[in-house]
Amino acid sequence: MSLARNSVGPALGQGTPGAWKKNISERAIALVLLLSTMLSILVTAGIIFVLLFEALKFFGEISFWEFISGTRWTPLFSSKHFGVLALVAGTTLTAVLAMVVALPLGLLSAIYLSEYAPDKVRKPVKPILEVLAGIPTVVYGYFALLFVTPILRQISGDISVFNALSASIVMGIMILPMVSSLSEDAMRSVPRTLREGAYALGSTKLEVSTLVVVPAALSGIVSAFILAVSRAIGETMIVTIAAGQNPNFTLNPFVPIETMTAYIVQVSMGDTPAGSIEFETIFAVALLLFAITLAMNLLSQYVVSRFREEYE
Amino acid sequence: MVVSSQTEFLRKRARRKWLGRAFHGLCLLSVVIALGMLAVLLVYLMVQGITRIDWSFLTSFASRHPEQAGIKAALFGSIYVVIIAGVTAFVLGVATALYLEEYSARSKFAKIAKINISNLAGVPSIVYGLLGLQIFVHSLQLGKSVLAGGFTLALLVLPIVIVAAMEAVRSVPPSLREGSYALGATRWQVIWHMVIPQAFPGILTGVILAVSRAIGETAPLIAMGALTFVPFTPDGPLSRFTVLPIQIFNWTSRPQPGFQEAAAAGIIVLLVVLLVMNAGAVILRNRFQNKWE
Repeated sequence: MSLARNSVGPALGQGTPGAWKKNISERAIALVLLLSTMLSILVTAGIIFVLLFEALKFFGEISFWEFISGTRWTPLFSSKHFGVLALVAGTTLTAVLAMVVALPLGLLSAIYLSEYAPDKVRKPVKPILEVLAGIPTVVYGYFALLFVTPILRQISGDISVFNALSASIVMGIMILPMVSSLSEDAMRSVPRTLREGAYALGSTKLEVSTLVVVPAALSGIVSAFILAVSRAIGETMIVTIAAGQNPNFTLNPFVPIETMTAYIVQVSMGDTPAGSIEFETIFAVALLLFAITLAMNLLSQYVVSRFREEYE
Repeated sequence: MVVSSQTEFLRKRARRKWLGRAFHGLCLLSVVIALGMLAVLLVYLMVQGITRIDWSFLTSFASRHPEQAGIKAALFGSIYVVIIAGVTAFVLGVATALYLEEYSARSKFAKIAKINISNLAGVPSIVYGLLGLQIFVHSLQLGKSVLAGGFTLALLVLPIVIVAAMEAVRSVPPSLREGSYALGATRWQVIWHMVIPQAFPGILTGVILAVSRAIGETAPLIAMGALTFVPFTPDGPLSRFTVLPIQIFNWTSRPQPGFQEAAAAGIIVLLVVLLVMNAGAVILRNRFQNKWE
């Protein structure tokens, strides 16, 4: 491979006749930089290799069908069942509820910041909103368990100490800035002329926002939404702290559940010996988690590139 | 006829205007709710934890007695791990960004590498923990050490550094490079003397953002096998360790109110560190910008 293909500047090692030392050091540097770049690709390969390698050991003993279709997950008990759907249900429940919070609030906030807010409001509000995304997730876990849950339990006595609802609400707040920031960027890149055309036809601001700007920015909004779902699926600490460690195959948000990520933490914190079937379960679960989030990230990129409305 | 369609129009217009105002209010309300949650979160943590913070909280080790428990081991662990992660991610991230922007900007390889990096950024952090466990702890036999933890977090934040550094390198005007080439500089001389100094504020901001992400990470270090109860500070790169977020997690999951208070105090310390780092990033960036513009 030529190290200097397609780039500005002289080809490597040329232009200084006879200076072979310089020539060698230039090539060495290029090689070091190339190796570093290769490393980032190696990380992906490493993740896939590590997860597959350990998961295959697991699937050597437990059938893939039992794993992917069973609804009871009890690898740590004496009567072992390996139905991952119990964990998938917990993950789906929390992710969906989190999006119920994050999508409307995030989208409406984005519309406000992009269409309504004057500059002197937007400029300070946007970075403050993004602070929400920078707070460590363990902090949200604390907040969910010790602040939100007690309030929910006062509203309804049916709600357990550990429940999906509290974790989801707080997770929704955490991913809200992701939805609002990315959606706002998409809306602001909609050209002014489109808005002005609609105003000229007598539209109100509401009509311009919802019938012109949002549809024009839809690819960006949808991709932000998918990324947020992917983030919610991979989120670990909030659900570990506040949603419980009971892999119930249920969509009831008031009872304790367990997500895929929380299960990995549970096993990592315990004294399960490495190499045992119990320990290998976390790699099988992580492989599934990785596959789901990767698919969503790729889908999000596809939506942006395929459905983007191009304006001059 | 004319009159009635006109009243019809006026009636509809009044309704549309009313709807518009209601929608404006709804949008504003969303922002207020989001900001309100942030305020409630911060105030609640302050109320819960501020009285617990004193010098002995910072300089005591974890304890079975909540009123004696402190964050010394966690604080040192966090500092060691984050320094290793920051330095590693800085070196690898800048090298990768330079290669992708300066050496092979439009090649197929660069395209694949960039897609790969954006996908890496979306991998759940706990998966990095399992990668670190198998590669650094077991294969490279670093043990569940500070070094293994630092490297694990370095891989986790690497995409952040690469993306920021690429952006910074790309924003260096081509005329600077061309001027240096015209004077006979080699490619690396141009990069070392022109591109890196110019791009440095942007790179630094990226590194600080990456470090502030690393400092708050809990899950990957738990998956990698960091300890939860540590009565010592790390005495070398292969020492076992805990970090501040894990200590907070540990205290949060205990039933005694005293530990939950300690958790809130730990959170306040963590947030103050994050605040200082982010403020530092802003100040540094402004300073460098003034110098070069």
